Amino acid sequence: MLLDVKKLHAGYGETQVLHGMDFAIEKGSITALLGANGAGKTTTLRALCAMVRTQGEIHFEGRRIDARSTEDIVRLGVAHVPDGRGTFLNLSTEENLRLGGYTRRDRKALEADLERMFGYFPRLRERRRQQAGTLSGGEQQMLAVSRALMLAPKLMLLDEPSFGLAPLLVRELFGILRAINEREQVSMLLVEQNAAMALELASCAYLLETGRVVLSGSADELRRNDAVRRAYLGY
Amino acid sequence: MEAFLHQVLAGLATGGIYASLALALVMIYQATHLVNFAQGEMAMFATYLAWSLLNAGVPYWPAFLLTIVIAFVAGILVERIVVRPVENSPVLAIVVVFIALLVILNSLAGWIYTYTLKSFPSPFPQQSPFRYMSSHEIGAIGITLVVLAAIYVFFRFTPLGLAMRAAAQNPESARLVGIRVGWMLALGWGLAAAIGAVAGMMVAPIVYLDPNMMGGVLLYAFAAALVGGIDSPGGAVFGGFLVGVLENVLGAFVIGNELKLSVALVLIVGVLLVRPSGFFGKVHVTRV
Repeated sequence: MLLDVKKLHAGYGETQVLHGMDFAIEKGSITALLGANGAGKTTTLRALCAMVRTQGEIHFEGRRIDARSTEDIVRLGVAHVPDGRGTFLNLSTEENLRLGGYTRRDRKALEADLERMFGYFPRLRERRRQQAGTLSGGEQQMLAVSRALMLAPKLMLLDEPSFGLAPLLVRELFGILRAINEREQVSMLLVEQNAAMALELASCAYLLETGRVVLSGSADELRRNDAVRRAYLGY
Repeated sequence: MEAFLHQVLAGLATGGIYASLALALVMIYQATHLVNFAQGEMAMFATYLAWSLLNAGVPYWPAFLLTIVIAFVAGILVERIVVRPVENSPVLAIVVVFIALLVILNSLAGWIYTYTLKSFPSPFPQQSPFRYMSSHEIGAIGITLVVLAAIYVFFRFTPLGLAMRAAAQNPESARLVGIRVGWMLALGWGLAAAIGAVAGMMVAPIVYLDPNMMGGVLLYAFAAALVGGIDSPGGAVFGGFLVGVLENVLGAFVIGNELKLSVALVLIVGVLLVRPSGFFGKVHVTRV
């Protein structure tokens, strides 16, 4: 197991959002987290990189990381595409990308990766010197994904990567994510409103309700589950 | 005309010093949204340190460099030891800490070095090659420009400079790419203190060394930062030179030397009334 989470509790101030979540991510897989608004999907991702107060155990590559700082967890190879995209608005597109690879020391591979991102998302190359705050929502979403990839991560936490993208672009982005997962063995934890698309991309999934895992299994199993179909797939 | 030219050029020399200190203020402001009122006293203390080194027989330039290094380390320590524990406190609490720092450094300097004026040497030759300016004024402008250029290159072209800008702008995202935001803040304090030390050593030959020497300078630097826009480094530098020239010209021809300091106060109040974001600062718009 790449990531193993046991009895994870998390919350903001007095409010508890996660109530003892258990889940795991297999190396090289794409795992989806499904659930309604407020179920705790975003909080789960934030808990994994110590952006909220947590209790419970989180193991990454066999090492316990729940007491480490966000910076240290990132340095282990966990990249986060955050809710709201986390763009450095006053910096240029290229500077945003370079920051993604800030902790890497392999300068040559870094330049190659920069070119690779521009290959995935040619729009970003056109906007290279432009201030990132002036990019459209969709472009900023591509930037957020590329910035996370620049870390050369082992695990990517994707918080609604389809948010604000036109349907065609969502297809394209998911295709790119699949290619990256297959080619580079980057594992992914995907939070998505669009459950149908998420289950298409992921190999297994967890269903969250009010901070607890209520259902888990392979993507196919969840797709066939009647409750999931009615509530999240809408047919 | 000649006298006027002389005043403008002399204004540029002191303006460069204000620009440096204004830049130090802006750097801390950008990272923390707070104005470090102790910035001037930190510079004053560093200048005393330089004076001690010179008195101990260290030649000027080694003493100059050593002072910058010590100020840099001291700036980092001040952030780590004094500012960090109150990081998440209400703004007023932090302001009180800054003022405490100001008073402590001021009194400490007075206690160690006494309040008598001391002369501080200029590293530049007595004879000026240029009739409108003393060689110290020319040298001070040169040093200021070198410092400003170095700071610009550092922030614009190095990965560490980029990381510091990122940490100041968006700490959460900065953490998510692995930047140690806390250390970036400390580094910012170190740099600001080092810039302040240069400003102190350049202004001391003009105003003489005493524990209160930076009081006026800090006020001018504050005016400069506000004129340029408190969140604009380039604006702060422009503001510094502008305030330096205005102060000198108005002091010499309009209001007299005794009222010079009020130029800074008038500028501060004026800018806050007319254009609170300064010439180059961002206008903050909040949705309601």
